[in-house]
Formats: sequence, C-alpha cells, structure tokens
Amino acid sequence: MHRAGNWIGKHLMITLGILVLIYMYIPNFVVALMSFNDSSGSRNLYQFQAFTWDNWLNPCEPNGMCESLRVSVEIALVATIVATILGTLASFALVRHRFEGRSTMNLLIFLPMATPEIVMGSSLLALFVAAGMGGSLGFVTILIAHILFCLSFVVVTVRTRLAGLDSNLEKAAMDLYANEWQTFWRITFPLVFPGILAAALLAFSLSFDDFIITNLNSGTTVTFPMFVWGSAQRGIPMQVNVIGTAMFLISLVIVAAGEIGARRRAKMLAQR
Amino acid sequence: MSSDSEPRRDLRLSGLHKRYSNGFTAVKSLDLVIPQGSFFALLGPSGCGKTTTLRMVAGLEEVTAGTIKIGDQDITGEKPFRRPVNTVFQNYALFPHLTIAENIEFGPKRRGVKESASQVKEILELTELTEQAGKKPAQLSGGQQQRVALARALINRPEVLLLDEPLGALDLKLRRSMQGELKRIQEEVGLTFVHVTHDQEEAMTMADTVAVMNQGEIEQLGSPYELYTNPQTTFVANFLGRSNLIKGTVVGREGSGADAVVKVDMYGTVVSIKQGRVHTDSTEGWIGIRPEKLLIQPEGTSLADPGNHFSSAVVIGASYLGVSTEYVLKMPWGQELMCFEQNRGVRGGLVELGTKVDVSWRQEYVFLLDSSQDAQAGREEE
Amino acid sequence: MTSLQRVFGKNVGYWLIAPAALWLGLFFLVPLLSLFTTSLSDPSGNPIAGYRFAGRFANYVDVIADYWPYFVRSLVYAGIATVLCLVLGYVLAYAIAFKAGRWKTVMLVLVIAPFFTSFLVRTLSWKLILADNGFVVESLQWLHVLGEDGRLLATPFAVIAGLTYNFLPFMILPLYASLEKIDPQLLEASQDLYASPWKGFWSVTWKLSIPGVVGGTLLTFIPASGDYINASLLGNPNTQMVGNKIQALFTTAGDYPHASALSVILMVLILVMVLVYVRRAGTEELL
Repeated sequence: MHRAGNWIGKHLMITLGILVLIYMYIPNFVVALMSFNDSSGSRNLYQFQAFTWDNWLNPCEPNGMCESLRVSVEIALVATIVATILGTLASFALVRHRFEGRSTMNLLIFLPMATPEIVMGSSLLALFVAAGMGGSLGFVTILIAHILFCLSFVVVTVRTRLAGLDSNLEKAAMDLYANEWQTFWRITFPLVFPGILAAALLAFSLSFDDFIITNLNSGTTVTFPMFVWGSAQRGIPMQVNVIGTAMFLISLVIVAAGEIGARRRAKMLAQR
Repeated sequence: MSSDSEPRRDLRLSGLHKRYSNGFTAVKSLDLVIPQGSFFALLGPSGCGKTTTLRMVAGLEEVTAGTIKIGDQDITGEKPFRRPVNTVFQNYALFPHLTIAENIEFGPKRRGVKESASQVKEILELTELTEQAGKKPAQLSGGQQQRVALARALINRPEVLLLDEPLGALDLKLRRSMQGELKRIQEEVGLTFVHVTHDQEEAMTMADTVAVMNQGEIEQLGSPYELYTNPQTTFVANFLGRSNLIKGTVVGREGSGADAVVKVDMYGTVVSIKQGRVHTDSTEGWIGIRPEKLLIQPEGTSLADPGNHFSSAVVIGASYLGVSTEYVLKMPWGQELMCFEQNRGVRGGLVELGTKVDVSWRQEYVFLLDSSQDAQAGREEE
Repeated sequence: MTSLQRVFGKNVGYWLIAPAALWLGLFFLVPLLSLFTTSLSDPSGNPIAGYRFAGRFANYVDVIADYWPYFVRSLVYAGIATVLCLVLGYVLAYAIAFKAGRWKTVMLVLVIAPFFTSFLVRTLSWKLILADNGFVVESLQWLHVLGEDGRLLATPFAVIAGLTYNFLPFMILPLYASLEKIDPQLLEASQDLYASPWKGFWSVTWKLSIPGVVGGTLLTFIPASGDYINASLLGNPNTQMVGNKIQALFTTAGDYPHASALSVILMVLILVMVLVYVRRAGTEELL
C-alpha cells in the first residue's frame, strides 16, 4: 500500500505533466501534418487528402502571403528594436534610480499588460481617428501599437534580470580602476544582456503574432496574421501551415543551437 | 622596508563619521592610524560599523565627516577607481562572465599596464591558481574563489588591501588553512592589510594589531596579546575570549609609579591589581579574570599556588572538550564562574559534579573594569 | 552611484524613463482618454471625418441594453477557461519544478516552443481536430458521449477549449516561477511534522505558490475575456463574445461611439474584478 503510494507520488505528476504537454502540441502536430496535404481539387480544406511536397517546394504560391510575411517581419524587427531600447532604459531607471513618480511609473508599465488587447487596440484607433489619421492607417500606426504593447513586456523581463544583479560586482569593478563607463560596458551590460536578449525575442514573437490590435489599426496593410485571418473564411492555403511549421522549426533550432553552444563553451573552459 | 628619507604611507582616518540618510549613525568620529605594511584587523559584532569603515576607505560609501589619508595624500572624496586601495569582497564579487585570468587581469587592464600578462602569471602562481586560469568563477570551489578574489586585488599592488570578512563563506577547516595562507601572502608582499571580521580567533591569529569596534566606536586597540590579557572594557573582555567579571569595591592604593597597586575587596577577600590593569576611577569595579587563569583543587587537598584563595566553591557543570575541560563553579556568594583546565593528566580524571573545590588565581592576571559598564556586553548570544 | 550619473547628472533617472513614459503616456493613456470621449460622441459620424463630442451617455445605455449577453458570455467563457488553465497549468508547472530533474530546461523550452507557430494558425487547426467527421468527434460518438449528430465545432465547448489552449502558457510560466522558488525541503519538513502529503501540499506548496496563481490567472483571464479569435473561428453566432461585437462595430459597422462605449465598459469591468480579486488574494504587491 505504502509502496504503491510512493510510486504514484513519484510518477503520477510527471505523467500528467507530459500529457498536458502533449495536449499543447496537438495543434503543432496537425499544422505540420497539413503542411504536406495535397488540397488541390478538394473543397474541404480542413481534412487531410493526400501527401505532397508541393507546399514546401512552392511556399510563396498563395497570392500575397509572402508579401504579408515580409511586412510582419519588418514591423516586428523595428518594433523589437525600439521597444527593447526604450524598455531597457526604463528598467535601469526603475531598478537603479530613485526618482519621484517611480511607483506611478511601475503602474503605468503594468497597466497595458492588464488591458485586454481589444481595448488597447480600440483606444488607439479612437485616438488615430480623433487625430484625423483615420484615412492613413497602416505601417506607422501598426508600429506605434506594437512598440506600445511590447514595451511593458521588455521592462518586466529586463527589470527582473537587473534586480537580480549583485551590485557588489559593479562596486568591485570600480574598486579595480574601472571608471563609470567601463564598469557599465564591461560588467553591467554583459551581465544584463541575456535578459535584454530574452526581452527582444519575446517582443519579436509578440509583434509577429499580434492580430487583434493590428486588425483595428492596419488600414489596408496586411500582416501575416491578417492574411491568415482573411483567408480563414475561405479555407487557408496549405502553405500557411508550411510557414507555421518552418517558424517553429527555425525557432527550435535557434534555441537548441544557443543551448548547445553555451554547453560546449562551458565544457571547453572546463578542459582548458 | 621604507627608508627614513621616504615618508611613511600610513593609512590615517581622522574624525571619520558616517550617518545614513535614515538617521542611523554607523561610525562615530573614528580616529585611527594603520601603519604601512601592517596586518590590521577591525574586529566586532555585525552592525558595529567595521564594514562601513572599510567601504568608506574603499570609496564605496560616502563619508559624512572626517578625512581619510594615505601618508599625506587625502583620498576622502576620491572616486573608488582613483584610490590606491583594493578590496576583497565578502562574497568575492567575482565577475561571473569572465574567466579567472580575465578577472585577475581586470585591474591592470583598466590602469593600462603593459606587462599585465606576466603579472597575471606570477600572481596565479603565488595563489596556486595556474590550473584554473581559463575557468569561470562558478566552476571553482569556495576556497579557490576566495584566492581569485585575493589575486584580483593583489595584482594591483595597492597601498592598502581591504578584506571584508574574506573567509566568512568558507567552512571551518578551509578557514583555518586560509588564515595561514593569507598571513603568508601578506608577509611575502609586504602590503598594508586591513581585515574586517567578527571572528576573534581569525583576527588574533593573523593580525599584528587588532581594533575592537562596538557601536561605531573603537573600544580598544592593541596587539592580540595586550587585548586578551589586559582588556579595558567589559565588551572587549567578553567579545575577545571569555571573562569572569566579579563585583568589587576599591579599598585602598599602595605604592607609586610602575609598582602602584589598587586594593579591591571582593566578598571579603582583598585583591591587589597593578595600576596598569585598572581601567576605572570609581570606587566600584568589575574584577575580571580569564577562565583558564582560575585554578581549582578538590577541598582538603593542598593548593600550593600563590595568590588569592577562595574556598567552598561547588562544581555544578563540566564539559569535556578533549584538550581541556570547562567547569562551571558556584561561588559561595552565589555567582557562577567559568574555569577552563588543560587535561594534562595531573589530576587523573575529571572533577565530579557536586565536588567542593578551592579556587585560586595569581593576582597579576586580574584586571579591573568600570562598574558602570554592562557585565554582559559583548557576550555571544548562544 | 552609477555609471550613467556622471553623464546625465543627478536626474539621470528621469532621462532614462522619459522615452518609455512618453510612449506609454502618448499611446496608452491619451488613447484611453480618446476612447472615453469617443464613447460619448454622436454616432452619426464616420471614421474618416471623425466624430463630434456630444456628452452622449445614452451610448452606454444602448450598448448595455443591446449587448449585455455578450458580456456575460465573455466573462463566463474566460472564467471557465481560466479555471481549466489553472488545473492543467498547475500539473505541468509542478511536474517541471519538482519532478523533471535534469529535463527541467528542456521541458520549459517545450512549453514556450508552440508559441513560435502563429497562434491564428494553431487555432485554425482546432477546427480540423474538432471537425464533425474528425477523429475526436467520431470517437466520442462511438463512446456515446456525443449523440449521433452531436458536434464539438461551433459549440461553446470548442470556444472554451480554444481559449484554454491558447492561454495555457500564460498560466504555466508564472506558476512555474513561483513553484520553482519553493525549497523541496519545506515539503519534507511539513511531512516530518506529520502533515499528510495532501495536507502538506495544501498548507505549504499551494500557499507559497499563491503569487504565481494570482499572476497566472490574471494573465489568462484578462486576454481571454477580450478575445474574439476563438469565438470567431471555433464558435457560432450564438457563442460570440464582447470582443466580436467591439471589433465588428469598429471595422464593419463603423460605429465608433458605441464600440468605444463597449470597450470602456469591458476595461472598467476587468479593472474592478482584478482589484477585488487581488485584494482578496492578499497579493497587492503584484500590482
């Protein structure tokens, strides 16, 4: 009896956990499967018909899809760069400096994350229209919106990393004849950099994936999620699944390469 | 050794004062001269201001009032990176993203030293870290990390090396061996070491001079021998080692000059204390005696030692520690005294609990402290 | 003293925060104000010419009268999805934090990895999984859980399942963060002090993970209640949430004042609920 209890205690949670993880991967599996679906001649676009490589060989076949992909990447890149810079500066202010209005600022950073996207998107739209920009919605308005919602997530990520940094390290650097700039660039920045990088990756994926806010403020500009949405009514082209799967694989490769690289470096250092 | 023509580069703190913005005064008008080339320890319990003092010398803490000088050079307002002073931090503060060699090279590189590579090699050898040069701090053991912190500071040949509880993170055994190593390195390089610690044994084994700090002030300064044998306050008497403190009343003075003695009545026995060991002007005082200076002998057997004698004490506690035994004695006037006895095998066993014993001490070991001071001050809470 | 102080002087904090503060003020606070004024404007305008402010509180009366079922549906669907996320998320976060051993990092990466595929694409794939002639529906019909022509797609079940799936990672990460901080020795100590495993879990693990639970439920509930993707793709016209209505009024009807009024109500509703919830959970410091 006791032994059985132990076994359950040991393996039940991990088994259940893996089941939850599998549940999270069902859609990815289906997307990957459908990327090999030969949908030509079929009217039901939500069922697997026959295997083909065609979708992978001609990913840009659907009209406007790759164009929308390019727009999404451009917006995500610019939004990531701007949000990461602004957010990193703000994190330094919040962690390292005492100034009046600090707690107000913390609240202001938190609020966008506590606001439903539909509210944030519609309020931006209301502003743009009130400012007479109702006719010129597009790249710039999308960008403004994306920087806005990425900003808070960047601050939260970088702030955590910065708060965990031992301030004695900077003091030690100063004690060892590094002036303020040298201390910042040789000690503080390299140590906070992983946090900044993580924040940038998060910002990129948030921006690339956003639909609700973008949809309200995009005018005639079409991002990749908007392309998917637009074609969903008719049934999405199978190439969308190719893009989805490819992005998943590319990201996994990047993450794995980073991890393996870090381990190999550690191992080399240990042997030296 | 510096010749007479060269001015000595002693570290001088004058009226050094630190008051935090929350109103707490950490250091109270400290005056201190630390001779060039000495191994100096600032000893005290946590919160006594010793670390604050150290950080002010390093330039990591702003000075509220007073000056810090090295020789004639005033460094009070100098930025930390412009001071000829380096610090070994409590938790080492090794840069986690740099290798051991890069950590050590950090200082020389910032100062633009050309031949830093050979210096690094040299210091790695001195601290026995050559094998670890390419590793990251996280891959090293605590003792190795400690040596890196030391090497990283030493390579700059600072005029003063500050050590903030440098052995605090190590386990007892490693601490003991590092104590010897630190002392050896200090003697080899001949720099001024200022060592902050709360561990009295550590301070005593390494330092030439120890300053005992309490509540932002220096209670007493001197060699470990002076501090231990002739403490001037109850705090020092209790913090550095342990002491029996017994109430006494001054009944007279005899002699003059170096031979002057003060006679103190202690529950009917008169104790003569040399003037140099008397640290109070009042008529009341704490008579202090170190536990190992108390001699005991079961009642009825002869007690040949010269000095003060007391009878009918009772042994009420005994802890056997191998080399020595710590007895607790109940004195006729009700007070409990500690008595440490080396287990030299003369007695052929322990003194049983409940045994009535005679107690004696030699008067030259007794000291007299001010009765207005707290007899419990500086005792470790256990 | 920091490195930047010398360059920017004493007020360096302000200089660093200024760009972000400006951006948030200009594109978050001002728009909220603009949303509010629009919600009180005369609906007889158009998006290009703009809307005239009229102090028209009737807009609020209109939308509440017309669309209150949408609010109810939004909150109920989001609430159920949040509870489901909490159960599933707690299991996985617990497994990663305490049982995964050296697979910890790998499992964490696996939790985040599905994100890399566009969430619209993933949500669409549920359409296929829950399709009427799909494997899931046919199995359930065979098991008589579903009737002969019972279906999953285009039902509230599908919408809630979609919401649960979409926001699960938002629940797992904060939960993991607070579970990971718990020293396993605490649990051992509680069992040493005669707590049964279940009691030990309840009085130690769960209590200490409350900040993660609160953070996770907020990060799940808030976006779920404003979502309309799942209701659009997986539901039917009778499962529409308030997000559907807001976006339809903005984009297809061009009725900005009423759409804005709906937005304002949703925002206030959520703020009030969050404040009450956080206060009751005793975790104000999260804000």
